[in-house]
Amino acid sequence: MIYFDKVSKVYSDDSVALEEVTFSIPPREFVSIVGQSGAGKTTLLKMLLAEEKPTSGKVFLESTDVHSLNRKTINTLRRRIGIVFQDFRLLPYKTVFENIAFAMEAAGRTDDEIQSDVPHVLELVDLAKKTWSFPHELSGGEKQRVAIARAIVNQPDIVIADEPTGNLDPLNTYEIIQILKKINDLGTMVILTTHNKGVIDSLGKRVISMENGKIVRDDNEGKYVL
Amino acid sequence: MFWINVKRVLKSGFFSFIRNGFVSLSSILVMVVTLSVICGLIFLSAILNSSLDQVKNKVDVNVYFVTSANEDEILSLKKSVEALLEVEKVTYVSRDQALSDFKERHKNDEFTLQALDELSDNPLGAVLNIKAKDPSQYEGIANFLQKGNFISNAGAPIIDKVNYFQNKVAIDTLSSIINTADRLGFIFTLIFIVVSVLITFNTIRLVIYISREEIAVMRLVGASAFYIRGPFVVGGAVYGFISGIITLVIFYPVTFWFSRVATELYLGLNIFSYYTSNFGQIFLIVISSGIGIGALSSYLAVRKYLAV
Repeated sequence: MIYFDKVSKVYSDDSVALEEVTFSIPPREFVSIVGQSGAGKTTLLKMLLAEEKPTSGKVFLESTDVHSLNRKTINTLRRRIGIVFQDFRLLPYKTVFENIAFAMEAAGRTDDEIQSDVPHVLELVDLAKKTWSFPHELSGGEKQRVAIARAIVNQPDIVIADEPTGNLDPLNTYEIIQILKKINDLGTMVILTTHNKGVIDSLGKRVISMENGKIVRDDNEGKYVL
Repeated sequence: MFWINVKRVLKSGFFSFIRNGFVSLSSILVMVVTLSVICGLIFLSAILNSSLDQVKNKVDVNVYFVTSANEDEILSLKKSVEALLEVEKVTYVSRDQALSDFKERHKNDEFTLQALDELSDNPLGAVLNIKAKDPSQYEGIANFLQKGNFISNAGAPIIDKVNYFQNKVAIDTLSSIINTADRLGFIFTLIFIVVSVLITFNTIRLVIYISREEIAVMRLVGASAFYIRGPFVVGGAVYGFISGIITLVIFYPVTFWFSRVATELYLGLNIFSYYTSNFGQIFLIVISSGIGIGALSSYLAVRKYLAV
């Protein structure tokens, strides 16, 4: 479970990215965060990953204060969170298999686990045929599915998807959202940020709406409202 | 776990080296230039040293004795000179030896030989030829001889003259030239090495700059600093090793050609035979500087992007 306690972020030029944001997300929930560019969605996610420190307030993952961790324990924290980005961010000189294996290696898993788990997640995202391709040989939708496979392979507690469909056509968008739903059904918390009205409206899950660094709505079966 | 990590780091380093073909090639070329500079400086200092040694060998101090000086007295003086720390070698040339050397030198000069025959006695005195370990020490030795007041049993001085004081200016100039050349050589070597290391460092930094997003992704996936940095350091070391081998191979025909063109010019030091006879040492220096520079540059360059 995640808990944001009056978190504010003010950058050095006095621009406010987040202002007294408080909310919590229980385990196994599917939450969408919506809002215009600059509303503070990405800053919020960066806080959770300890990429940035809040100016005031605290972020808790279960009972751990995320920003009290040192470099080594941050790595352990990050292994409990799978991340999917809009621009995929695969490692260009590694094959699909190696990209996913890398996340497992980083988490200190054994070679046997890697050999058995990687094909399994590739099956889950329907990419078994592309195991030995390099990222530049894949379409946008396929790349994003590799990224999702990488995010879930360590069986994280949380999957963060930061505008995962931003670069995709409607069909691929639909498939990616279906995969995220499937992941959520299997018991993982999913945090999704998006601009895509259609996606939000079709999900029928909790929606947090942000504007100018503040939460303006938090609906349990929300729609995309601006 | 540690060894699994080491194995994975090595493997990943080698793979990224091969898959980054063009980038690897350009870094290797830059490193070959750097290592060639280092290698060239080794030869330059060898040439410089051997020339300086030969010049130094030509400098000496001669002590001329009066003709009446007793051989025993001269030999005991020789012993006390030999006892000086600064002295490398003392050669005694007896009066007879000096005469026959003189005749040998002037064997084509009838007049001089005739004039010599006119004299009833051998006009030449005995000579001590003194060689110091370092040219700057001749002054001390000469002073020792001058102040020593070496007197024969009869009470007359046995030393006729010490030619250091005639050659003083020449010797002083020479020793200062030698010192300057030594120092300049050292400074130039340092500057060249620093410059070429900086160039290599920058090249590798560019290579890693290309990978900065990869590094960020690795960080977000939760990889430890060791695990991210390792493959880059291995890659850098591989660049260094291959560049070192290429450099050594290039220098083989280069030194061969050079020694054929320039043997006479450099007072007899044969670069090719210097290269082959000191190959082990040169191999170690070139390869280890290659690996060292490559690995260290990568280590430092990655550090910048690890702070996510």
